Amino acid sequence: MKKLLSILAVSVFAFSANAGTLDDVKNRGFLKCGVTTGLAGFAAPDDSGEWAGLDADMCRAVAVAVFGDRSKVEFITTTGKSRFPTLASGEVDMLARNTTWTISRDVNLGFEFVGVNFYDGQGFMVPSALGVSSAKELDGATVCIQTGTTTELNLADFFRLNGISYEALPIETNDEGKENLFAGRCDVYTTDASGLSSTRAAAADPGKWVVLPEIISKEPLGPLVRHGDHQWGDVVRWSLNAMIIAEELGVTSENVDAQKSSNVPEVLRLLGVEGSYGEMLELAPDWAYQIIKQIGNYSESYEANVGPDTPLEIARGLNALWTQGGILYAPPFR
Amino acid sequence: MRSNVNFFSDEKFRSIFFQTLVIGLFALGIFFIVQTTAYNLEKRNIATGWRFLTDPAGFDISFSPFINFKSTDTHLDVYFVGVLNTLLVSFCGCIAATILGFLVGIIRLSSNWLLVRVAYIYVEFTRNVPLLLQIILWYSILIQLPRVKQSLEFLDTFFISNRGIYSPRPVFENGFSYVFIAFILALVSSFFLRRWAKKRQDETGKQFPVATSAFGMIIFIPLLLFFILGSPLSFDYPALKGFNFKGGMVIRPEFIAMFLALTIYTAAFISETVRSGILSVTKGQREASASLGLKKSWIMRLIIIPQALRVIVPPLTSQYLNLTKNSSLGIAVGYADLVHGFGGISLNQTGQAIECMVIVMATYLTISLTISLFMNIYNRSIQFKEK
Repeated sequence: MKKLLSILAVSVFAFSANAGTLDDVKNRGFLKCGVTTGLAGFAAPDDSGEWAGLDADMCRAVAVAVFGDRSKVEFITTTGKSRFPTLASGEVDMLARNTTWTISRDVNLGFEFVGVNFYDGQGFMVPSALGVSSAKELDGATVCIQTGTTTELNLADFFRLNGISYEALPIETNDEGKENLFAGRCDVYTTDASGLSSTRAAAADPGKWVVLPEIISKEPLGPLVRHGDHQWGDVVRWSLNAMIIAEELGVTSENVDAQKSSNVPEVLRLLGVEGSYGEMLELAPDWAYQIIKQIGNYSESYEANVGPDTPLEIARGLNALWTQGGILYAPPFR
Repeated sequence: MRSNVNFFSDEKFRSIFFQTLVIGLFALGIFFIVQTTAYNLEKRNIATGWRFLTDPAGFDISFSPFINFKSTDTHLDVYFVGVLNTLLVSFCGCIAATILGFLVGIIRLSSNWLLVRVAYIYVEFTRNVPLLLQIILWYSILIQLPRVKQSLEFLDTFFISNRGIYSPRPVFENGFSYVFIAFILALVSSFFLRRWAKKRQDETGKQFPVATSAFGMIIFIPLLLFFILGSPLSFDYPALKGFNFKGGMVIRPEFIAMFLALTIYTAAFISETVRSGILSVTKGQREASASLGLKKSWIMRLIIIPQALRVIVPPLTSQYLNLTKNSSLGIAVGYADLVHGFGGISLNQTGQAIECMVIVMATYLTISLTISLFMNIYNRSIQFKEK
């Protein structure tokens, strides 16, 4: 009896305790961040077992904003299917899991996308030996597709629109996709173009694979939090924006200390020398300074993880700053 | 005074009191869970309801042997495809596991040392390795088969690759329905023939060769009709066109992996059930029937098996239930069963986790209870009848 009552009491407590995520994170002492099960360049353990990648940096940036320490984060892997329940149930504080921002996820699922950290689009990858040069030549092909994703729906739409047929081979993770594609169980792998580059980089012989020219969808990928906790949403949103603004202002992890005595007002506001933006967010005054110091600005993170000098070789393209021909744009820091 | 009597010393009152208390607490608990769930769903702005069932699914399912599924079909269609695929692999698995299980169970009681050892190793190995690993093992083996362009071929009609086993598909032409009707009629009449023969034997002791004559009827009458009607059957042969084989029939590696793993795993348990059932028939029964001069095969068929079945059937039912429920592991290799399609993809695309899970659970419950029902009816029919 007593035991039953105490279980009931505990479950009431557990259910009602998800109000202020920022306070929860602070009390816990570390951030729980949902990432992929391993997608090189976005979130995957590196040679030393440390999580690295654009999304991993996003998680670390938030951890730095809250704690001033890039190591105060626990990475929790999620599949395309488990990511939303994991976030909704409060098992993670945020997702940075190359997740596409769509109206139904934003509205119906009860989440809040706080920005875009990578503008992507869905593409197709085939073995070059097939001699295919366009996705429209794929009539009758077997296509490996991750279930529960927007790409799954785009795929059906694309083939329907072009009046050609395909056979879907449903897979759960990127690794499963790789395994089936490399074994020839499917002819084509389709996912976000960045994911294809990542998969190709992991192949024994990357030259044997081609990414077809068609990009069939818009896939703005970004971090998301539970809907309704605006304070926490703001923290994640501005952690991302701080990295983008830092690139705009030319502040890097190397020159950030020198920039503290800059004469540009926005730099001083960003680094917490002027104004009280940290206080507004209930963070330390130098939260953005710490992000740039410990993680770097957006460009540094991009170049280190997915840029042309990495195995993924993804040019900045759409992800360049708005001043440099891309569409990366953050609201002003003021 | 009456009021001073402690009600708890009254046994009847005590038992009613505690039972009411337990039921009340249970109802309260359920109410509490429902209430909390509804509250949290609302707080997180998660829409609820069943409307999504009639929305278009938007994705494709390739493995759908019974329904021609298109991405414009609804989530309800996804559900039906899933149910049929679950039933398909469970049904095939139960039949094959029963056959294999009986075979292995009988082999383990034989006197052939080598066969007994092999059967023993098989049972101990498969029973003690998790099913999920076995499914993945079979799948990994199957996708290492040659690629589609290098398919192994047999007689230019069967092709084996890591995309599955392609075989010719029968195309029924005008008149084939007569052959089919003849087949059904032959089946029904063999059933009556068996009843008649049994009755006659009971009354007169005369025997009738039921098995051979039934076999003859079932095979030769439809076959004769088939040739008289001018062979109204042709085959659609698979041929490699572009990326894949077109035409013919295909059995996908996902299905084969699930079927093999479920069959081999469950058969190991069934074989133990069968062995225990046969051993439960006392030695005296065997000796008594031998002393009556019955043939060895008759002893097995008429004396041992009917008595063994009484012990075998109840645990066999739970093996069927296990197999059916274990088919939900199909998700590991992308087999488009109920959990994978409706309980996975639909759930994820619509976000209606609770609704989808309730439906999936109710479906498994229905399937399991139906299997139990039929097995219980069968069980009752083979029990001792007190006369």
